[in-house]
Amino acid sequence: MQQLLTTVLTGVTLGVVYAAFALALVLIWRATRIVNFAQAPMAMITTYIALVLIDAGYSYWLGFAAALLSGLVLGAVVERFVVRFVSGKSEINAVILTLGLFIVLHALAAIVFGSRYRSFPAPFGLRGFQIGDTTIALTGFGVFTVVAVAVVMVGLVLLFRGTDLGLRMRASAFNQEVSRLLGVKVGRMLTLGWALAALVGSLSGLLIAGGGLVHPSYMDGVVVYGFVAAVLGGLDSPVGAVVGGLLLGLSLSLVSGYVGSELVPLAALVILMAVLLLKPGGLFASVRERRV
Amino acid sequence: MKRWYTGTALLLAMAVTATACGAGGRPEGEEKGSTVGITDTTIKIGAHFPLTGVAAPGYSEIPSGHQAYYDYVNANGGVNGRKIEFVVKDDGYNPTNTSQVTNELVLNDEIFAMVGGLGTPTHSAVVDYLNDAKVPDLFVSSGSLQWGDWPKEKPFTFGWQPDYEIEGKIIGDWVAKNMPDAKVGLFLQDDDFGRDGEKGARRYLDSQIVAVAKYTPGNTDVAPQIAQLQAAGVDLVLGFNVPSYTALSQLVSLKIGFKPKWFYSNVGSDPALVGSLLARFSEGAVTDSASLLNGVMSTEYLPGMDAPDDPWMKLWQKVWDEHGADGELTNYRVYGMSQAYTFVQALQAAGQDPTREGIVEAIEKSGASFEGPGIAPFRYTGDSHLGISGMSVVEIQNGIGEDLTPVLVTDLGDTPIKEDDSAAGDAPPSNGIPDVKPAE
Amino acid sequence: MVRRHLLLALGALVVVVLVLETTSQFRNAQFAAMAYYAIAAAGLTILTGLNGQLSLGHGALMAVGAYSTALMLQSREGTLPLLVILALATVITVVVGALVGVAAARLHGPYLAGATLALAVAIPGIPLYFSEWLGGEQGLNVRMPEIPVWLADAAYFVTGQELTQIRYLAYLGWLGVIVVFVLLANLSRSRVGRNWQAVRDDEVAAELAGINLGRARVQAFVVSAGCAGLAGGLLALSARLAAPSGFTLTLSLLLLSAVVLGGLGSLVGALVGAALLTFLPQVVTGAGTDLGLTDVQAAQLAPLIYGLVTVLVVLLAPAGLAGGLRKLIHWRRSS
Repeated sequence: MQQLLTTVLTGVTLGVVYAAFALALVLIWRATRIVNFAQAPMAMITTYIALVLIDAGYSYWLGFAAALLSGLVLGAVVERFVVRFVSGKSEINAVILTLGLFIVLHALAAIVFGSRYRSFPAPFGLRGFQIGDTTIALTGFGVFTVVAVAVVMVGLVLLFRGTDLGLRMRASAFNQEVSRLLGVKVGRMLTLGWALAALVGSLSGLLIAGGGLVHPSYMDGVVVYGFVAAVLGGLDSPVGAVVGGLLLGLSLSLVSGYVGSELVPLAALVILMAVLLLKPGGLFASVRERRV
Repeated sequence: MKRWYTGTALLLAMAVTATACGAGGRPEGEEKGSTVGITDTTIKIGAHFPLTGVAAPGYSEIPSGHQAYYDYVNANGGVNGRKIEFVVKDDGYNPTNTSQVTNELVLNDEIFAMVGGLGTPTHSAVVDYLNDAKVPDLFVSSGSLQWGDWPKEKPFTFGWQPDYEIEGKIIGDWVAKNMPDAKVGLFLQDDDFGRDGEKGARRYLDSQIVAVAKYTPGNTDVAPQIAQLQAAGVDLVLGFNVPSYTALSQLVSLKIGFKPKWFYSNVGSDPALVGSLLARFSEGAVTDSASLLNGVMSTEYLPGMDAPDDPWMKLWQKVWDEHGADGELTNYRVYGMSQAYTFVQALQAAGQDPTREGIVEAIEKSGASFEGPGIAPFRYTGDSHLGISGMSVVEIQNGIGEDLTPVLVTDLGDTPIKEDDSAAGDAPPSNGIPDVKPAE
Repeated sequence: MVRRHLLLALGALVVVVLVLETTSQFRNAQFAAMAYYAIAAAGLTILTGLNGQLSLGHGALMAVGAYSTALMLQSREGTLPLLVILALATVITVVVGALVGVAAARLHGPYLAGATLALAVAIPGIPLYFSEWLGGEQGLNVRMPEIPVWLADAAYFVTGQELTQIRYLAYLGWLGVIVVFVLLANLSRSRVGRNWQAVRDDEVAAELAGINLGRARVQAFVVSAGCAGLAGGLLALSARLAAPSGFTLTLSLLLLSAVVLGGLGSLVGALVGAALLTFLPQVVTGAGTDLGLTDVQAAQLAPLIYGLVTVLVVLLAPAGLAGGLRKLIHWRRSS
């Protein structure tokens, strides 16, 4: 019983992080129709920035804020000075561009920060809560993880549904030409979209690093499962990203605990194919497949 | 269209001319020992290591230990007047790359020998090639049995560290004798490391093992595995895992309130590294920072960072201070220097004019008597190319491994485990450079 | 057209002989590596460039070819002839590719990318699970069968050089390249190839023209998988091992980037990309060491440069190096 509980709880915590990462991918996909593989090393770099600050004696929260801020800046810079030049052109070239960035950022991090393991602190306890005699696999940091992702979700919903800025961002993602005619500064909106996405990505980087080990490749698994989660949910749907992330985290944890950890990636494939064969546009495909 | 005809014709003509120069009978000649890679003043050796990618943390430090020690030897005149050049190639822990860089080392850099090539899957890709090409393949950085178990098939390959099976045997025997009532769970890396360790441990512990959990390297979420052990009521975990997974397993146990005794194999213990990784989490999680690893058991076969007063450690520290690259001395670098020390011994044993065949013969003849940092003797003979023959069981207290047993020595299969302190007292020579007589 | 391709192939064969006979063993080994990258990249460039299906999972298909080859070479005494083994490995991968292709044909753009990405990470887990049979993490060792005596003698008679294993492998690889390239070049100019392009360019129009969309997609996937299978078999021979760590996601992604670097949809581009994959890391690392960098720094330089080249090519020459070169030649001619 306790084994099941532990497996489920760690799966959910992991799923929440996949969800955050998937959300970042969805934001960029909606804004620019690009799958941003460089999201993972971008989050890795910002986590290292936080780590450098924390190691220099500053508080965890300062590092946390600095990481989110640098994520925002990095996202904007990458969009404005790199991705802008391929937007609207070949879809595959854009993917390769983000893969190129992936490799570059990776190599840079190894050179600048070194490629040894480093531990990343957590602001809350890492011991599970005690209920009676048993310890359940939910820690203060785990609760923080869930809350942080929930806050971001709600924030994004409010931004997109409730504000004028959000409306303009949605408009430019939906149809650039029309938005431009309506006086929306589309370029600026795209930059903002990438910046926001990178911020959410940085958050997932911080959450997965907290109370764990960091090295230049530590986000590589997250990008794979984050992407699978985003596809699972339907790339256009933020809700889908969250549901996909949770579903994936939970099932993979169960497979790892009860079947074998070597089959975790295979399980991801099976789940994804099962869903896509029934619904080729993902669980929450909102629009019917576009055919023109 | 016409141009294609002309071009092709031209090329064909060239080809015919080129081939006409060849042909004829094959030259015959008897070869003596090969001296590829050796000049009067230099000897070039090389190795493959993961310098980039997922396996780079930690392992990429080993070659810097090698390099520092060779620099030290070179600064003191080299071996028989020859300076050692050490060429390191990155394989990113991908066997395909290992094949490519090994081709490069052997065919392009023309190394005399491979020394310390790292990893089981990676080195498996090149071990046959090195033996076919008759390139000495010395002191593979992996505890797999295959480097030394079949010297007839792989005459040029030598292991170095104690293989995982004898480590499993020593651990299993100790647990069976000292904790006969423990319910044992195995925490294994899902490759030959975990498999050989399990095989050795089961020889003594089969009836005590109640659960086996395997993790796949790269999958950092080990909570499901630890929960499996917890559910089986395990009160002693034997871990055949790498250091990062020691830290992860400790963190997860903290999270789920799992408090067994822990026994990590040598590879995974590294108290200096794991301690520093875990120290961070002491704030708010554990009251006493050094205590997180207290009472954890492990094995040792080399003096390491936890014994700074050991004469070998003093030598390594001196070498590192004088010739090391950036960064602190670590156990990975100590490992590299210790291997480098053995290589210098082997080179000396091969005599004034070493050959590839000669160095192999020299190690088979006198390798078992090399005195080095290893606390147990090497097993090198004509019939076995396995490395260090034993280790001692230690318990970690405040980051320091304290001996629970004398040095325990054994071999594969049914070979009994016996105490043998004969190699434990070896002290380094005063100049820090071995002085091995050429093998007769 | 076919005749021109055959003539080109003949010319290429001569070039291959000349190059392999006059270069060192080490270069031969590199050319052998370039050959399997080129075959895999050619298959991928047809799939992605011609048919518009984005696959992030070709490394997994190469793994199928590699493991098939390795399994057929396990018995010590008497195996099938090498060419037969490679052909069978190709066929097995074609069958697997057909299964994947049927599923993939329903998916579009990023959904296909996601599914193939999951395939790329899932396949290496299978040998770990069936470790008794497939060797687990350690993999299956692959021993090249002896070179047939008549071939060795014939080669010696013609060239005056002993035919080494490495050179033999390089010949085998380049023979594969030539055959695959001729077949693909003819195929892409045939009706089938034009159908694939039509499906890529406009699905509705293609369907109206009577093309079965699903069948065209599956066909393209199968052909491409066959190339990956052959390439995987050659890779296993060349790496002398089939192990999960040789077929990580990185391989799939590098292949795709090579295809785009060379020029998407172009067979010459696939060749250029394969050359980059093979030679760039060694050249960069060598240059780094010559500049006095430590081994670790030099090793890290290689992916850095590769990544930068990728980014720059996509930004500055979206048609790839082959396309860029063609443009340059045209521009010089016209000016």
